[in-house]
Amino acid sequence: MNSPYALCFEKVHVWRGERHVLQGVSAQVLPTELLHISGPNGTGKTTLLRVVSGLLRPEQGSVTWLGQSITASRAEYQAVLAYASHEPALKGDLTALENLRFAVGLKRRVTASELRAALERTDVAGCADLPARVLSAGQRRRVAMARVLAMSASVWLLDEPYTNLDAAGTELISGLLQAHVDGGGLALVVAHHQLALRCSVRRLELNS
Amino acid sequence: MKVGAWQAFSLVVQRELCLSFRRPDQLLQPLVFFLIVTTLFPLGLSLQLSQLRDIAPGVLWVAALLSSLLSLDALFKSDADDGTLEQLALSGQGLTLIVVAKTCAHWLATGLALVVVSPIVATALGIPTAAFASMMLSLALGTLTLSWLGAIGAGLTIGLRRGNVLLSLIVLPLATPLLIFGAAATERAISGTSTVGALYFLAALCVFTCTLAPFAATAALRITLE
Repeated sequence: MNSPYALCFEKVHVWRGERHVLQGVSAQVLPTELLHISGPNGTGKTTLLRVVSGLLRPEQGSVTWLGQSITASRAEYQAVLAYASHEPALKGDLTALENLRFAVGLKRRVTASELRAALERTDVAGCADLPARVLSAGQRRRVAMARVLAMSASVWLLDEPYTNLDAAGTELISGLLQAHVDGGGLALVVAHHQLALRCSVRRLELNS
Repeated sequence: MKVGAWQAFSLVVQRELCLSFRRPDQLLQPLVFFLIVTTLFPLGLSLQLSQLRDIAPGVLWVAALLSSLLSLDALFKSDADDGTLEQLALSGQGLTLIVVAKTCAHWLATGLALVVVSPIVATALGIPTAAFASMMLSLALGTLTLSWLGAIGAGLTIGLRRGNVLLSLIVLPLATPLLIFGAAATERAISGTSTVGALYFLAALCVFTCTLAPFAATAALRITLE
């Protein structure tokens, strides 16, 4: 039996046109655990993450959070969810801080100092008042990570969070993941390389 | 602490207006288009003032419809392209609320601005000042209805590369009643007869679209998000 205190997805099938992208993928994640999703390009890692986030409805199979289908408990599930797609999802004309304020502010009441603290943790506090369009790709990734932190969500869905990051940035993300999982959160991470983490890591390898 | 619907609404409106004012070119383009098209007519036709007044309502409304179309394309597209739409869809606030907030902000930045500059155009077309109030009210109702119709079209076409052409093809036929009653209201205002009937029709269309369009646009967005 699956534990009710976990994020589970069972026998998820997704077709994209004629292509059967996800063929009965199942896994479950407990709090304080991390699911590392890997696999060659085009095997549906992002699709799986979109299914788990609720953006994409699978043709077959179910996704449950705390024993309830995520479509039935959409509002509760979204309140604890932080999703970072492989685009940083920042508006170039807004500053990093404004980007965070408008995104996080929809999820919970947040003060500017909390947002600055999140930017501090991802080491981009100096960019807080710069328009996002002048930031480098790595800096944008860090701002996007700060958004995930500021949401103070217990479920993180991260799509290739290590893209465009330098060695220090890679270490930083690993440290944040570690802290999140140690603090009782759970995370699904799509990444191509091995994750050097001390916490319990489940692995899900997708093949075509 | 949870964020209430009203707060979320005002946050999205703030965000949209902030973005519009950071890109003044996008804000001004439809307005300048509206001004130029309407002032070209009197220059090109060299009519008597009475003849000009006869064509003024039609010119005013066609130009208003076309210039509103110019900005509709941007309603959801940039958010869809950079992944912001996904963030909004997962924000814990209903997508319908976000659609309503975005559409209202879009109208404030485009429709209302058009209503504000319309007296300049009206003067160029020889519309008497006594008709301004009815004309502006009819344009306000018409552009708001058009924003709602446009939200459906924009939601349906964000996934397409040449979506703006299709957007026009979807929205313009639906906007025909607006053109008919809007032009009728303006015409009656010019001739000094009662505009109440036409304005009621415009108001009814506005209420009809603003109650149904948010749901249709949300459904369209959900399809394109998948």
